[in-house]
Amino acid sequence: MKMHIDTDVCTGHGVCEGLRPDVFEVGDDGIVHLLTEEFTEADRADLEDAVDQCPTQALRLEG
Amino acid sequence: MARLVVVGASLAGLRAVESARRAGFTGAITLLGAEEHLPYDRPPLSKEFLTGDGTPKQFRTEDALRTDLDVDLRLGTPATGLDPEQRVILAGDDPVPYTAAVLATGATARTLPGLPALSGLHTLRTLDDARALRTAIQPGSRVVIVGAGFIGSELACSARRMGAEVTLVEAAHVPFAAAVGDELAPAIAALHTRHGTDLRCGVTVTGIDGDDRVRAVRLGDGSTLPADVAIVGVGAAPAIDWLRGSGVKLDDGVVCDETLQSSAPGVYAAGDVARWFNPLFGETMRLEHWTSAAEQGGLAARNATDPAQATPCTLVPYFWSDLYDSRVQFVGVPTADEVRVVAGGVGEDTLLALYRRDDRLIGALGVEQRRLVMRLRAQIGKRVSWNDALEAVAG
Ligand SMILES: Cc1cc2nc3c(=O)[nH]c(=O)nc-3n(C[C@H](O)[C@H](O)[C@H](O)COP(=O)(O)OP(=O)(O)OC[C@H]3O[C@@H](n4cnc5c(N)ncnc54)[C@H](O)[C@@H]3O)c2cc1C
Ligand code: SF4
Repeated sequence: MKMHIDTDVCTGHGVCEGLRPDVFEVGDDGIVHLLTEEFTEADRADLEDAVDQCPTQALRLEG
Repeated sequence: MARLVVVGASLAGLRAVESARRAGFTGAITLLGAEEHLPYDRPPLSKEFLTGDGTPKQFRTEDALRTDLDVDLRLGTPATGLDPEQRVILAGDDPVPYTAAVLATGATARTLPGLPALSGLHTLRTLDDARALRTAIQPGSRVVIVGAGFIGSELACSARRMGAEVTLVEAAHVPFAAAVGDELAPAIAALHTRHGTDLRCGVTVTGIDGDDRVRAVRLGDGSTLPADVAIVGVGAAPAIDWLRGSGVKLDDGVVCDETLQSSAPGVYAAGDVARWFNPLFGETMRLEHWTSAAEQGGLAARNATDPAQATPCTLVPYFWSDLYDSRVQFVGVPTADEVRVVAGGVGEDTLLALYRRDDRLIGALGVEQRRLVMRLRAQIGKRVSWNDALEAVAG
């Protein structure tokens, strides 16, 4: 499972971070960064929620 | 065979369809949309769609909907009724039977009573509305915007960027009070003043003058504002007329329980049209926010297709608005016992304020505070105490 972030599109709403602060963090640059890339099946539902609820559609989950 | 019928082909409806498939629903899915367009994103319509190159942001291709998600997509096909006894939705010539349904018909722009049909008079809700505005607003146009809520305010910013002369007229003494509370509404209104936008509060509009096209906007004090374009931005009303007489309980929206189920068994609602009981705040609410529509669309479809596992919708409201170069964000609810500014302030570049009810944090407002606001959203969801919230932002 791989999370892609389109950094040109993300405007740092932080909805994803609100859902999983251990995975996403909006940095001082106003753009989100991944704190980990190691995901298990247990993370899938949360990551899908983050993709669905990102207001700029900056996230994409592969695999 | 099981059939999920989703009414409304916009954000909530799309998320409903996607989520049902992802949860493993193998029955048929019909998606009915009144507009001819594929699902597209609305927030840009008052922002970069107007100031940019005018390309709509579409969520999915037709092929992705029909093939990947196996959806029976019927655009340009408004639902006209629902029969909870027969379990059918009326649309076009043939009634569509359902075993589960998600109502996601959103909202329509309100207007003022008794306005004549003139060219140059606009509202903004749909892509077609936004296209008409792009053509109407030209450099040097005199644009009068009636209503300084978030959409009216964003329109004011965009129209100025497009080179128009803008006057923003608001009936209340300060705009945004319903959205962010009385105390800090002036802080948001100050963004207009700081950027030199002509905002006139406490002014009612009594009519629009013109022969075939708009000439002027008439105000309560008897004066008139000359105008080439008049835009009415006085909020939105839930799109429920088609459900009148169906027996589905309505009250400024489709009335739902905490799992988003309406009074009709198997019929759920999501997005701007849904009024539901949010257990997290112990109150009934109807939101007109992007993230709520996305979240509720997914949840309503999962609950509708697997009611035995239905879970409550306990979301923390979130909306944002982009005004000039500032991002305004609000999480939670604004009806508070106390509002405390913890960073920045009215008239400054940034602001962070916390909202307290009893001893709980229930809301937060940020202007250019992207990092903190969403952390507070998570805290509100965990019912964090006021003191812990204050410590967290201080630390
Ligand atoms: C200009 C603008 C700017 C916005 N900016 C922001 C913002 O910055 N931040 C924010 O949080 N929110 C913003 N919003 C609000 C956000 O776009 C909405 O909350 C969101 O679109 C709601 O999605 P929805 O699917 O519930 O309803 P809608 O998007 O309203 O979609 C409902 C769909 O149902 C269709 N429909 C209606 N009746 C029927 C029927 N009888 N049969 C079939 N189809 C029907 C409609 O044609 C429409 O396509 C903005 C809205 C607008 C209009
Ligand atoms: S929700 Fe989307 S826009 Fe917001 S920080 Fe996450 S990726 Fe960026």
